[in-house]
Amino acid sequence: MSQYKLIRCTINGKEVERMIDVRASLTDLLRNDFHLTSVKKGCEVGECGACNVLIDGECYNSCIYLAAWADGKNIRTLESLTGPNGELSDIQQAFLEEAAIQCGFCTPGFIMTAVEILETGKLYTRDELRKLLSGHLCRCTGYENILNAVEKTMKRRLGMPTE
Amino acid sequence: MSIVGKSEIRVDAYDKATGRTKYYEDRMPPDALYVRIRHSEIAHGIVRSVDTTEAEKIKGVVKVLTCFDAPEIDFPTAGHPWSMDPEHQDVADRRLLNTHVRYYGDDVAVVIAEDEVAAMQGVRAIKVEYDPLPFVLDPQKAMEDGAPQLHEAYEHNILKHTSIRKGDYENAIRESGLIRVEGWYETPTVQHCHIENHGCFAYEENGRITVVSSTQIPHIVRRVVGQAIGRPWADVQIIKPYIGGGFGNKQDALYEPLCAWCSTQVGGRPVRIDCSREETFVSNRVRHAIRFHITSWIRKDGSMAARKVDLFSNQGAYASHGHSIVAKAMGSFPQLYPCDNMECDAYTVYTNLPAAGAMRGYGMPQASFANDSNIEECAHAIGMDPVEYRNRYIMPQGFEDGFSKNVNYYDSHRECLEKGKELIDYDRKVREFANDKGPIRRGIGCASFWYNTAVWPIALETSSNRMLLNLDGTVTMQCGETEIGQGADTAFSQMAAEAIGLKSYRDVHVVSCQDTDVTPTGLGAYASRQTYVAGFSIRQTAELLKQKIFAYANKLTRQSVDNMEVRDGNVVRKSDGKVLISLSELAMTAQYNQQDSEHITAESTFTIKNNAYSFGCTFAEVEVDIPMCKVTVKNIVNVHDCGNLINPALAEAQVHGGMSMAIGYGLSEQLLFDPKTGRPLNNNLLDYKLSTVLDHPDLEAAFIENPEPTSVFGTKALGEPPACSGAPAIRNAIYNATGVALYKLPMNPHNLFAAFTEAGLIRDPWQEG
Repeated sequence: MSQYKLIRCTINGKEVERMIDVRASLTDLLRNDFHLTSVKKGCEVGECGACNVLIDGECYNSCIYLAAWADGKNIRTLESLTGPNGELSDIQQAFLEEAAIQCGFCTPGFIMTAVEILETGKLYTRDELRKLLSGHLCRCTGYENILNAVEKTMKRRLGMPTE
Repeated sequence: MSIVGKSEIRVDAYDKATGRTKYYEDRMPPDALYVRIRHSEIAHGIVRSVDTTEAEKIKGVVKVLTCFDAPEIDFPTAGHPWSMDPEHQDVADRRLLNTHVRYYGDDVAVVIAEDEVAAMQGVRAIKVEYDPLPFVLDPQKAMEDGAPQLHEAYEHNILKHTSIRKGDYENAIRESGLIRVEGWYETPTVQHCHIENHGCFAYEENGRITVVSSTQIPHIVRRVVGQAIGRPWADVQIIKPYIGGGFGNKQDALYEPLCAWCSTQVGGRPVRIDCSREETFVSNRVRHAIRFHITSWIRKDGSMAARKVDLFSNQGAYASHGHSIVAKAMGSFPQLYPCDNMECDAYTVYTNLPAAGAMRGYGMPQASFANDSNIEECAHAIGMDPVEYRNRYIMPQGFEDGFSKNVNYYDSHRECLEKGKELIDYDRKVREFANDKGPIRRGIGCASFWYNTAVWPIALETSSNRMLLNLDGTVTMQCGETEIGQGADTAFSQMAAEAIGLKSYRDVHVVSCQDTDVTPTGLGAYASRQTYVAGFSIRQTAELLKQKIFAYANKLTRQSVDNMEVRDGNVVRKSDGKVLISLSELAMTAQYNQQDSEHITAESTFTIKNNAYSFGCTFAEVEVDIPMCKVTVKNIVNVHDCGNLINPALAEAQVHGGMSMAIGYGLSEQLLFDPKTGRPLNNNLLDYKLSTVLDHPDLEAAFIENPEPTSVFGTKALGEPPACSGAPAIRNAIYNATGVALYKLPMNPHNLFAAFTEAGLIRDPWQEG
């Protein structure tokens, strides 16, 4: 097998093609080839969730997802959420307002899992949200305000009172 | 005050929420060579030879450097201010690479390669031969005669021993009717686990060396790099970008010296060292595991007649912050629960484990666990409610510490305890939980903590600040105090806007990135000092800036400078509030005046000769599943008196993070080592049990805002205090639930099984045969 392979995929709405090293992770591809710096490396073995991205609408730790597997896939990173004039999406805004951001290193991964949760359009209990967010590690926030940001955005989208 | 005290959104939140914030790796030069490290695979020994032949053959490998190539310079690594007094300088026991390896994971050789794969293949291809030596992992065993010796100069591996003697302990314990409450309390080795691993890159430019690093302490690291590679300190430039957390691990020179040296070995080309998670756990720093032996002698009314405390701190292989951590832990004992007759002895002891350094709380999570566990037992011994016991015997209002000159100006401890009691509904729950007799029992407990703000008078406290008036009337500010995730830049913006008289904190642009070539010298993020110390230099520099603004405004308006102030970004006449000139018009006029051009700036340094107590407590409610040996925290509240809050929302967030760390410390975190080899067993985030969002209840943070009299903005330490009292509060709640006093962290099923079996709560069929 050749060490290099051509892949075509959609990254943040744009169709791209790249020759990739078959040993490369999707994290490597996104960071090194596309300068998507929201994709963070905290462990590189799928433990911390900092590299989380959406692949065809589902969350994956991109560090343990081979770049080669991205062929034909639709990949979304945090960068896709910000509008053309820098407008924040509701979930990003909620992270600001709830003081859910500290060092910021786990933030992109958390927000992308929040996107996956919010896109189901379902109402989850706080305990269910805990379970859905538990694939991410954060050492700064104690998760409290992150949970609040996700819960409030979920309720707002469903037209429910947030207090 | 209108800007300080508000829950403003962080100045860096937008960039962090969009993923555009640049951490060290996001600034990497594309041509940087990869440095990967060959770590020791034995706990103790002498490197006999390193064969690099196979490694050098690998395509892409540029250079292999071994312990036999590294300069023979011993250097210190602790993130302490330099002391001009040689007696107070940090212990210099570190080398870039080591022929005498002292722990499993020590640094033996490096491979510098064009790509990461080649560098890692090179590391594996190096052949190291050792002459193994016996090793020791336990501090008290390391103190015994005949124990393996780690550093020649330190007999019995004792890095340092200090004592406190107060009153007459031996005489005091002869008092009749005293009750003896004694215990050994043991805390584990844990790691900081910031989500961004430490990393850095280095290159030479115009004959000087630059290191861009994930560090909390750029100015201190500059000094250490200079010392380690034998270059004048001013030859070194450290740049600190945003960092993904530090918690004290990055309050140490980690791999910056090695990275700088590697660059000099390849002609100044850029080189990078990126720690893996596995390396971060073992080859950075850890929290000191401290063992305490406490003997308290109390009277029937609970008052403390005499107390003896021995502390054995596991330093690991290198001094790093050394004795200062256990010394701080020991120093809390005579203060938190004062006693007239005390004997305390603290030992910091080298062992063949990873080097222990600073970690959030700096000895206090350990001390708080031991002290407040023992205090709980004192309360039980006389049948007094534990909160009542604390209320009676904790540091009273007006208490003054002779050394730090700190004063407990308010009745902080009791106010915090009362608030915590109320918030968790203590009295009702105590009554209700007393009825739990089944296999699942609920309990409630509390613990207090003692903390200082900053490091004066032990070491230098200084803060420098520079302000530039911009043409739009905003102010750009540089300070040596660093943003490491805690929200420092936002607090500084609020304080500066308030001190100058700007409309909004957004009118202050804090240059977040420290560059030791241009940033005024500051010491960085540690000792929960930054908001406190920066407050002095921010206020002083703002005053200087305003003097210059008023002097120029006087030239333009002929109004008296004594009758001027800055309000909402305008120079106004104090007497009637009339706007004389806006800051932007003033700045533009001053800058582009052909007769009298001036860029209005101010810079100053403030030497702080103060410290401040910062106190609080934790209340925890637990549910203990006795047969499963499982503890669930149902409710937890932290109450802090950290003076006035600069930004309440961020303060609350800071407390949440500390509480989370304390829950992990109490229930699950522990870095394990194979006793037969010294090899780390769980140095990854799967096997090391960091709390997830599933492991917490909702975290409640509350505050008593007693303004700190010594502080410009009435504020004091909050960075580390939230991590201090959580574990003992949980421990005391388990005690309340089960009647079993625990003496060892973490209180995981493994340790609970042993304790519950011993207490007869469960039966161990294997032991019974």
